[in-house]
Amino acid sequence: MTIDWANFTPWASLAGGMLIGLAAAMFILLNGRIAGISGVVGGLLRPATGDVLWRVAFVAGLVLAPLLYQSAFTPPAVEVNASVAVLIVAGLLVGIGTRFGSGCTSGHGVCGLGRRSPRSLVATLAFMASGFLTVFVIRHLIS
Amino acid sequence: MNIVSAFVVGVLFGFGLILSGMTDPSKVQGFLDIAGLWDPSLGLVMGGAILVSSVAFFFASKRSRALLGEEIRMPSATEIDKRLVLGSLAFGAGWGLAGYCPGPAVASLFTGMVEPVIFVAAMLVGMAMYELQARLSGRLK
Repeated sequence: MTIDWANFTPWASLAGGMLIGLAAAMFILLNGRIAGISGVVGGLLRPATGDVLWRVAFVAGLVLAPLLYQSAFTPPAVEVNASVAVLIVAGLLVGIGTRFGSGCTSGHGVCGLGRRSPRSLVATLAFMASGFLTVFVIRHLIS
Repeated sequence: MNIVSAFVVGVLFGFGLILSGMTDPSKVQGFLDIAGLWDPSLGLVMGGAILVSSVAFFFASKRSRALLGEEIRMPSATEIDKRLVLGSLAFGAGWGLAGYCPGPAVASLFTGMVEPVIFVAAMLVGMAMYELQARLSGRLK
């Protein structure tokens, strides 16, 4: 293992992570909800009375965030390596997987570990292991 | 108030994702690439987020109602089953393939790039497939 010092951003990532943690903290204390993106978005596909507006408001905030951010700061550069076909396969896997697994990086990784859920720890270890393996295969075995 | 709060939380969450670099799929893949040049940033993002949120979850676990009046809904499932593990393994594979997980992908929809739009569209199809099977198997609440 060699550390990629050129791309490592310890302070920005720590500060950004704490901001994500603050958002999750506000959501559970103010709204009584878990800030898990796959759960919030997925719940919109199962609309129930009184359960739609807060989801739409949260997603609207998330979608508008980059527009507000870039009016004050310069956002970090973004690079996507995946082709259209890979993006489609990846999106399907993420959609199906997060719903069967009841969460993603935010719901299990941040909120679940934040409340010390053994179930979220297992989920986080599983998706991390699978992510490591997948990147190993695409970057070192087949490319 | 709940709606306003949800919007503000969404904006803050998005700011955190952008500032931390997580809206850059190549950076996320850089974290997952432990055999190559490894970028530990994502670990600090999760660490920082858990550090702050765990304080709130500690206080929330002692209350039944949130500050704006709604019931606090903590996940009640405790069973570690095949669905949890297989679902998470599938999610991790998709995450590694594209470098996107749901939050950063949704937060990148309006940045003028086409990739997150394709990814989120496919993700919604995947989520709809789950809803369909849940309905068919009668698991729907």
